Amino acid sequence: MSDSAIEAKAAQAETGVSGAGGVRWRDTAHFAVRNPKLLIGAGVVLALLATGLVGPLFIDNPPNAYVGPKSAPPGGGYPLGTTSFGQDVWAQFVFGLRATFLVGLVGGGIAAAVGMVVGFTAGYRGGLVDEVLNMITNIVLVLPALVVLIIAAAYLEARGIWLQGCFIGLTSWPWVARAVRAQTLSLATRDFVDLARMSGRRAYKIVFREIAPNMSSYLFMTFILLFGGAILIAAGLDFIGLGPTRGVSLGLMMHSAVSWSALSGGMWWWFVPPGLGITAIVGSLYIMNVGLDEVFNPRLREL
Amino acid sequence: MRRYLARKILVYALTFVAAVSINWLIPRLMPGDPVRTMLSRGSAGDPETMQAMRDYYESVFGLDQPAWQQYINFWTSLFQGDLGISVWLFPQPVTGILLDAVPYTLALLLPAILLSWIAGNRFGAFAARSRWLDNTLLPLGYILTATPYMWLGILLAWGLGVVAGWFPTAGAYGFSSIPGWNWTFAWDLVMHWFLPFASLFLVAFGGWAIGMRNLIIYELEAEYSNYLEALGAPRKLVRRYAFRNAVLPQMTGLAVQLGTIVAGALLTEIVFGYPGLGNLILQALNNRDFFLLQGAFLFIVVGVLIANFVVDVVYVVIDPRTRTQMQGGGA
Repeated sequence: MSDSAIEAKAAQAETGVSGAGGVRWRDTAHFAVRNPKLLIGAGVVLALLATGLVGPLFIDNPPNAYVGPKSAPPGGGYPLGTTSFGQDVWAQFVFGLRATFLVGLVGGGIAAAVGMVVGFTAGYRGGLVDEVLNMITNIVLVLPALVVLIIAAAYLEARGIWLQGCFIGLTSWPWVARAVRAQTLSLATRDFVDLARMSGRRAYKIVFREIAPNMSSYLFMTFILLFGGAILIAAGLDFIGLGPTRGVSLGLMMHSAVSWSALSGGMWWWFVPPGLGITAIVGSLYIMNVGLDEVFNPRLREL
Repeated sequence: MRRYLARKILVYALTFVAAVSINWLIPRLMPGDPVRTMLSRGSAGDPETMQAMRDYYESVFGLDQPAWQQYINFWTSLFQGDLGISVWLFPQPVTGILLDAVPYTLALLLPAILLSWIAGNRFGAFAARSRWLDNTLLPLGYILTATPYMWLGILLAWGLGVVAGWFPTAGAYGFSSIPGWNWTFAWDLVMHWFLPFASLFLVAFGGWAIGMRNLIIYELEAEYSNYLEALGAPRKLVRRYAFRNAVLPQMTGLAVQLGTIVAGALLTEIVFGYPGLGNLILQALNNRDFFLLQGAFLFIVVGVLIANFVVDVVYVVIDPRTRTQMQGGGA
């Protein structure tokens, strides 16, 4: 579930190359440590990542085990209370965080890879290849990703987080391909690329050594947005009941909370933490991205 | 201009073909016997209905025929408006079930999309380059757009529905109301409609506001803005030009975001038990009703394609470059 910040980025990409590829690393670091948006965003994301990595180590039972009293509010031995089956909400939450980060990484990574390959190829090769890839991109762009995923996931008897991530990655790349293509088009006619071409280097080397480094900051920010988008799509799928068939995830927690009427039962501790976790991760990623944009792009810095 | 629209229509036609092909292919690609999978959790209990369902599905899938024949049959029945018969509500045709649900989904989606787009753009333009708003409300916008649709729905249903008791939290109208053309029923509909609408609106609003804010900042950096300012044009005028330029990419953004917002509406409907397409998808999943699921998929894709086309046409009309071409009778 991408947002329109992405659109702003894509629009920006189409008007020309963004960011400053040539900024020295030290300069970037100088502005990075002074950017509150970046620091706060990265701080929240890292704190939640650490919770997801370390938290499960302190939990003895599997997250779905029926360990405690039923429907207990937070307090006592259960910091986030228990579900109406007596499952520990905190245990589910920390394991769910893990799943969320994993699905973001896999989904975002695959989407970034596919989008970049398609975008670079289309932008650099041009001609018929460009036409065909562009057509495919536009088709996948128009198809509503979540609904395609629902259809695909519905037929699977057993679903895992990795598979879910792959599926999400394969449906959410088109806007990246478009943006990368636009930037590649504008870079491919520059003198230094012509020079590299004359020296007889292979096309993929030119793309990765000459073109990609000039948009590295942009690619990095794209990956962050894809990461957040994949998390949101996964949460949606899980919520419909098409999440991983075994294990836990934050979306699945919301699914069971709503299915077992936690709402009318007033068991807020069951449905507030998972949604809050997702919102905190994705929101912080977005805010972090604004900060990164300011770090990489001197025109945006507030001095 | 005509070429532009022709190209768009070609893309949409191909997308439709792709969607139909996905529908045809997926049940055949997945492991196992599709007919058996479908019937394994069918709602019918007695053996006679079971046998009728089995016969029907085997004839529909026509697995004894060659693949190309199956594919052509699939398209033929599609053009006859036949999307199959539901397992969940056997023997009702899927098309009818879906058509009953569409108005509810549209009632949520259309106002949510239009109002959030308009209000978000206005607000984003207003907040841009104002330090105080930027620092307080911008993070709020990012958090809103990062909120999973269903979670905001859950929070609203819990806070304003269950705890405060202001709004009902399930269905499109109360159990006790009798559908009819009267004010009591209309009011009941509005009360049930409000919370799902509000959660859709809020999430989408955050996204549009941020997008607009960023675009306005880019526009204010542009040469023409600097030039206008140097000429001593009032701030308001410069901003008005910036806004008009920024609306075009936001239009494109609207087309791109349609799928996401539609998905959001499906999730929101599930939270509130609102009887639109999202709820049907949930029922279809719970009852292993794949015809209903695939029919819903096709309906949604067609809806998104139509909406995309509308956006394209509106874009052509509001973009002064193409508008001039049209008026000049060119292209």
